[in-house]
Amino acid sequence: MSRAPLRPLARILKARERGENPDAIEAENRARRHEAMADKQRQRAEGRLLVLGLAFFCAFGLIGMRMSALASSVPEEPRASAVGNPIIGQRSDIVDRNGRILATNLQTHSLYAHPRDMIDPAHAAKELAAIFPELDEAELLKDFEGDRRFLWIRRQISPEQMQAVHDIGSPGLLFGPREMRLYPNGPIAAHILGGASYGREGVASAEVIGVAGVERKFDGFLRDPANEGAPLQLSLDLTVQAAAEQVLAGGMSIMNAKGAASVLMDIHTGEIISMVSLPDFDPNNRPRVQATGDQSDSPLFNRAVQGVYELGSVFKIFTVAQAMELALVNPNTMIDTQGPLTWGRFRIRDFHDYGPELSTTDVIVESSNIGTARIAMQIGAERQRAFLDSLGFLEATPLEMVEAPTGKPLLPRNWSEISTMTISYGHGLSSSPVHLAAGYASLLNGGTRVEPTLLRRETVEQGPRVVSEAVSARSRSMLRQVVTRGTASFGEVPGYEVGGKTGTADKPRAAGGGYYDDKVISTFASVFPANDPQYVLIVTLDEPSENSGDEPRRTAGWTAVPIAAEMIRRTAPLLGLRPQVDTPQQVGVTLTSN
Amino acid sequence: MTEMVYGTVPVQSGDPVLPRWWRTIDKWTMSCILLLFGIGLLLGLASSPPLAAKNGLEPFHYVTRQAIFGGMAMTVMCIVSMMSPTLVRRLAVLGFLCAFVALAFLPVFGTDFGKGATRWYSLGFASVQPSEFLKPGFVVMAAWLLAASQQLGGPPGKVYSFVLTMVIVLMLAMQPDFGQAALILFAWGVMYFVAGAPMLLLIVLAGFVIFGGAVAYANSEHFARRIDGFLSPDLDPNTQLGYATNAIREGGFFGVGVGEGQVKWSLPDAHTDFIIAVAAEEYGLICVLVIIALYAVIVVRSLLRLMKERDVFIRLAGTGLVCIFGVQAMINMGVAVRLLPAKGMTLPFVSYGGSSLIAGGIAVGMLLAFTRNRPQGAMEDILLRRANR
Repeated sequence: MSRAPLRPLARILKARERGENPDAIEAENRARRHEAMADKQRQRAEGRLLVLGLAFFCAFGLIGMRMSALASSVPEEPRASAVGNPIIGQRSDIVDRNGRILATNLQTHSLYAHPRDMIDPAHAAKELAAIFPELDEAELLKDFEGDRRFLWIRRQISPEQMQAVHDIGSPGLLFGPREMRLYPNGPIAAHILGGASYGREGVASAEVIGVAGVERKFDGFLRDPANEGAPLQLSLDLTVQAAAEQVLAGGMSIMNAKGAASVLMDIHTGEIISMVSLPDFDPNNRPRVQATGDQSDSPLFNRAVQGVYELGSVFKIFTVAQAMELALVNPNTMIDTQGPLTWGRFRIRDFHDYGPELSTTDVIVESSNIGTARIAMQIGAERQRAFLDSLGFLEATPLEMVEAPTGKPLLPRNWSEISTMTISYGHGLSSSPVHLAAGYASLLNGGTRVEPTLLRRETVEQGPRVVSEAVSARSRSMLRQVVTRGTASFGEVPGYEVGGKTGTADKPRAAGGGYYDDKVISTFASVFPANDPQYVLIVTLDEPSENSGDEPRRTAGWTAVPIAAEMIRRTAPLLGLRPQVDTPQQVGVTLTSN
Repeated sequence: MTEMVYGTVPVQSGDPVLPRWWRTIDKWTMSCILLLFGIGLLLGLASSPPLAAKNGLEPFHYVTRQAIFGGMAMTVMCIVSMMSPTLVRRLAVLGFLCAFVALAFLPVFGTDFGKGATRWYSLGFASVQPSEFLKPGFVVMAAWLLAASQQLGGPPGKVYSFVLTMVIVLMLAMQPDFGQAALILFAWGVMYFVAGAPMLLLIVLAGFVIFGGAVAYANSEHFARRIDGFLSPDLDPNTQLGYATNAIREGGFFGVGVGEGQVKWSLPDAHTDFIIAVAAEEYGLICVLVIIALYAVIVVRSLLRLMKERDVFIRLAGTGLVCIFGVQAMINMGVAVRLLPAKGMTLPFVSYGGSSLIAGGIAVGMLLAFTRNRPQGAMEDILLRRANR
């Protein structure tokens, strides 16, 4: 800080002249100047202190006024409001293709306790245990008399239970509104819908989240408030689904099977009209996932989507159709079926000996493994693989369920010649029934690829061509002959021109390789009506055994085919298909008068 | 002539201590403080039994403690207020250094009592919060530095005090204790204001604060949510603020009656941060207005007395002390009525808390020492001095 010279120098100069010490005068000058400065600052500080005082006075006055305003207003009853981060409870409905409800919400209540507000905890515990038998009175009492301030008692209760709890009259027992996911049809379409449970829970509401199936896959859509409650429409038809489940359940018990699956698909759009997997469950009360054991035996397991099996002879039509497409054979080409066919250390046999040769049509009709294998040898591994890829057999289905990616086909590690031969009749490649349905639909609808879907499709653009229309028609005609004069004779449904192919595949042993002798997967893959294809139906039974004869019969012709026929008989009218009845010659009516 | 003669009486420089104290002390302010403390005890009787019950203590455990600490605080206040400003300054600066060291060693020796912020030293029977004791010491220290800078050829005290403030604010923010940090900053700001901050700087500073707030609001979601929650007209009744507001409404003008209040059972901080809500519910608006009036009288009256003060140091130190005191009360009550965003701050002398009581006693003792009547160079003072001579 530079020191400014003190101004009144005159006295100092005079003092110097007189030879006196000027310090005293300088000090005096400084003191005076200091005082003047202090006075100035004091005046300024005075003003600013006044400002501060006023500010504080106003602030306290404001607080006092606000207090008065609050105190003179009417107190509100505390009410739950949605400030901050509300839990969105509203979840969209799921409906079938005709708008019938598959999943909806129901307003219920949750029951919780504030033990501190209880007057007589012992009485409350006793009454609660009487209303909810699964609650333990002693434990409740322990909770009520402990130092907990809050506890859930039941996540959701029925109106009757609510009234009963209300009648206990304890101020410490409280209800919170709670939306519950309801599946009014019970187990119908259980695997497709999946199920829902609670996410974040609050007293005022709880978040409902999907845990499996389409509920999980479309969780974001269903919870999105921007949809304004627009439902999710599936391709399913509720009545057809119900009929299919009923028929399949009945068939499964008659055929002593341990599981069954069926897929009914629109042949042109790939929409799944019905998809059943048995055993099933009730999504309203979804069972827990088994901790041990084979998951594929769990009721939660969706055999139609997640289950991949060697499906057997149903694949033969793909081989023959490809050979016809490649112009290697025509329906009348004679194929060598002399058995057994030996390839290295493998031998391929037929169910019966069909003699030295069969026409291509008869290879399908009689289901000759040897004949199909010989045709496959002409096609070759590369082309076979490419063809199956074009039908979607090499990847998991794009079905709109969270479980779909787990239904990944099992392919041979090395697509060798022997693999080509076994795959030609459906062994050595495992795929799900949905794969098979999509493959049949693509092949038989005129030859264009369809993708399976669970969503309603109004219009569909044609997929890439797989085979020519002519080959598709010839394939349908062969499949029709399988029913009229071949292995699937039980499949005839008057008026609906069913065509189809049976498949009976020995189940691979769980451990150690090789196949069981007495456990099969029997499948019937069908299309109807064969002359004007509309739908594809796959029925698969796991370990069926038809025991009416002398010895158990397990082939698809005896097990899966009759069930599929019954299903078509039941569902075709529901689907709006008119039976094609050959109207008998109109008998001329002669009006007679005597 | 020597005075070292047997039987002579020692020369006395003026009056005996106590009468002079009684004559010069600001009796109004002191009465207000004693009244506040009394009201605090009364409200403690209402607000602390739920806490005592929760901790398994006899119902009036906290009231007893408050009375003991309060007695100590009042004693300290009286003793401090008897000291001369010079002695206060010396002791306060020493105290400030001690508190500063204690604050600096908090991260090493302190405990957080499981609350997530290391603010306390545990002494077994009680806990000490150094930042409470730091505040009065800091005010005196900063006032001393600012006053020194107004001497001709004095040190650059403004810069020194600003650096000191920033260091302390940083230390407090690291604990973290943003409330105390803001109080320290505020105290320095007020003192600087009274010490003659240039107007231009104040305007720039205000602009900077507004700009900073806007930037924080735009960028920090946490900050924005708190401000939105504060601004939004409807209030979730299941929050502390919701309970507090409802309690004030329930109380009306005359209260629901002694011991009839409910809010103390719902609010965990009923005996500290939300004691005004308990007061409003049980004793009504009347009691609350009395409390507000007491604070207003203390603050405004002290400021008016300081206006007449000639000594720069005393003026600044007194201003700093009284403003910290007032602003703390203001924030506490402002939060309860939703005039200010939520921030935990105790109500001086009314809220429960040993550290804050004794530190408050020291601070108010200093304030009383600074606001005592003393000659201010006015004409009557000079005449009085002549008459006494």
